[in-house]
Amino acid sequence: MKFLKNILDKLEPTFSEGGKLSKLHSVFDGFSTFLFVPNHTAKSGAHIHDAVDSKRTMITVVLALVPALLFGMWNVGYQHFLATGQLVNFWEQFAFGLLAVLPILVVSYVVGLGIEFIVAQIKGHEIQEGFLVTGFLIPLIVPVDTPLWMIAVATAFAVIFAKEVFGGTGYNIFNVALITRAFLFFAYPTAMSGDEVWVRTRDAFWWGAGEPVNAFSGATPLGQLATSNESVAAFHNIMGEPIGFWDAFLGFIPGSIGETSTLAILLGAALLIVTNVASWKTMLSVFLGGAFMGFIFNTWGPDSAIANLPWYNHLVLGGFAFGAVFMATDPVTSARTETGKWIYGFLIGVMAIIIRVLNPGYPEGMMLAILLMNIFGCLIDYFVVQSNITKRLKRTTIK
Amino acid sequence: MKTIKLKKGLDIEISGNASLHVTSTSQPDTIAVVPDDFTGITPKIAVKEGDTVKAGSVLFFDKKHPELKIVSPVSGKVAEVARGERRKLLYVAVKRDIETTYQKFKTIDLNAKREDILSALLEAGFGALIRQRPYDVIANPTVHPKAIFVSAFDSAPLAPDYNFVLKGQASQVQAGLSILAKLTDGKVFYSVSPSTSVELRNMKDVEINEFVGPHPAGTVGVQINYLNPVNKGEVVWSINIQDVALIGRFATTGVVNLTKTIAIAGPEVIEPAYVKTVYGTSIANITDCNISKGVKVRYINGDVLSGTKVEANGVLSPFANVVSVIAEGNNTHEFIGWAMPRLNKFSNSNLFATKLIRKLCPKKQFEFDARILGGERAFIMSGELEKVFPMDILPEQLIKAMITKNLDKMEQLGAYEVAPEDFGLCEFVCTSKIEIQKIVREALDYMKKELE
Repeated sequence: MKFLKNILDKLEPTFSEGGKLSKLHSVFDGFSTFLFVPNHTAKSGAHIHDAVDSKRTMITVVLALVPALLFGMWNVGYQHFLATGQLVNFWEQFAFGLLAVLPILVVSYVVGLGIEFIVAQIKGHEIQEGFLVTGFLIPLIVPVDTPLWMIAVATAFAVIFAKEVFGGTGYNIFNVALITRAFLFFAYPTAMSGDEVWVRTRDAFWWGAGEPVNAFSGATPLGQLATSNESVAAFHNIMGEPIGFWDAFLGFIPGSIGETSTLAILLGAALLIVTNVASWKTMLSVFLGGAFMGFIFNTWGPDSAIANLPWYNHLVLGGFAFGAVFMATDPVTSARTETGKWIYGFLIGVMAIIIRVLNPGYPEGMMLAILLMNIFGCLIDYFVVQSNITKRLKRTTIK
Repeated sequence: MKTIKLKKGLDIEISGNASLHVTSTSQPDTIAVVPDDFTGITPKIAVKEGDTVKAGSVLFFDKKHPELKIVSPVSGKVAEVARGERRKLLYVAVKRDIETTYQKFKTIDLNAKREDILSALLEAGFGALIRQRPYDVIANPTVHPKAIFVSAFDSAPLAPDYNFVLKGQASQVQAGLSILAKLTDGKVFYSVSPSTSVELRNMKDVEINEFVGPHPAGTVGVQINYLNPVNKGEVVWSINIQDVALIGRFATTGVVNLTKTIAIAGPEVIEPAYVKTVYGTSIANITDCNISKGVKVRYINGDVLSGTKVEANGVLSPFANVVSVIAEGNNTHEFIGWAMPRLNKFSNSNLFATKLIRKLCPKKQFEFDARILGGERAFIMSGELEKVFPMDILPEQLIKAMITKNLDKMEQLGAYEVAPEDFGLCEFVCTSKIEIQKIVREALDYMKKELE
């Protein structure tokens, strides 16, 4: 690797201040720290440091997202060929999904990292790794048929107004990926909801085009339940065949690209918990909150299909599991105290189910629940911190 | 005796623990006393170049509290009074005599009044070895502390083993502790570990408690927080156990003999061992030819987590009981480190195999150097500082209050109870590589300025 280092050393003056390409300094710095661990040493305080850094942490989250992405790609192909009535093998299904999803991933990264590079250069700091995760999350939480230009606009909006104006990674109040989705949801509702966007019926790169078969209906299970006039909580796949908990758990249902398979998400969750990158307390309490509220509606709720949906089905449908594992645990926007994490997660679960069941407008409540709790995360922490303060004050008065 | 078990914390194994024997070093030609080592004092010089001093003679004193004196550890001639910008006193150098002559003081009578005992200690320069909380500065001698803390063990990486260092000096430690007990209206809290020797365990006039657990169990900060926390308006003192022994020695002999046993330790020391020396001796003298050749090394006054960097021509701090020597490491270039297994690296996170390796082969030596191994970021991860911070204080929230210089919040969240060294492990584990101890030091200085 010596020769790579030599190239970097040779290039450095060009990119340093006064060099020809000093305007690209932060980009150069980003690449050189990507290739080699920075070698600056401690100036003050502790003289030795833990080997962990934010690069390794963020890459681990990306790795944890890979199962959901791969399954999502396959599922896009599977749903497409099911809807168009074409019989193809596993690899063709996957290849179709790959072709359909890859452009979204590329657009998300190019737009987001582009902005990140520019801001880093203007502010003169290092490129922050936060967007590595955000850029990977965005394709997983949008419907496959979202137009690319909308994704570009929404990503740019979220990165600039939800993150950079606050000061960059670590200072944002809202989860950046969810702001992207919320922007899409409210600015272009027709592209983000309804029955038409979840399954791609047109081609991907001029391949696999076909006409939807007659029985096809593209509504997601939650969409079906929200619009159902009956009080029986039954849902079906895109061909109208009834399906149940296990189909939803494994993920053979239409939905946003990465959110359908709870199993794939749980694989990622296992990695995050083992490496301790995300808080298991938050994850668990989101599921507990969802189960609790689902159970409440099952017992005392209104007599509608969605309220009668057995509580355990809530946890595997829509974006619930994905939000619990990858969004609620974002350490920056979540509650930061250990007690706070329990409350924060539980309330997300509760809110998500309340929105699903009681709000007629939105079949899915996870995104709004997390964004709402992003605001309250600080408030929860405030009370936890306050209790520590009170304890300290009491210490003086006891004597 | 209470036994307090700590779960939070972290033991970091670094190679080069000092082996239990004393090696000889060359005698220094000159020693230098650095006022900056005495946190919180404004030095005023008491000698001129060319003056003759004895061991125990005053070199400089604090402007605010003139009774706070810093004395020469050796006898000889004042060789240099070095001043920097704006006439700041940098150091006082003393060219030592071959044979040390001691200034004579009265021995201390334990039945004397508190004021007399205190002024005798101050006169001989021992006041400057006592630190106080709040603010972690040299103790203000006019304030009555509500308690005094002494830890009989050091849990930091590469820390000296006081069982060895103070072998045969238990009577001196006892004499010192008895004197300290006279200085407070409250108690002297003397904390031991399960491995503290019997000799150092049986002390009178003090409350003995046992702390079990990983570093920072041995730091006074943690012990204060568990035993008698500092509230607003209260002051506690703390002093190192070797300095307690020095006080004991002084009390019985009436001479200021500041010879201490210092560990020379770290991966870059060829034969890690102990040396007998006094503060002000140059680091080059202490480490002699005992350092690996061909490696750029970093010398540290104190332990690797909370000590201060010092050059080879710098001097031993009065508060250091170990001189740690590690590689600087700024010529190491690790290729795509974020993706590599890096089994030789130590991490408290589960993103490295450290914990597994430590279980499988407990003798495994990890590589350490002075690199911070990442780029500085804003706080991102939550909950990681708490895991190594056993006090009843929310570290992240306190640090944030300190960054924003919010005096009310600092006060409410426990800033009176902490010293920068308490955050050594926090700084070590921080994913965002934030300079936490620097933040704490600056915040404490700011608080002191605003509130006193």
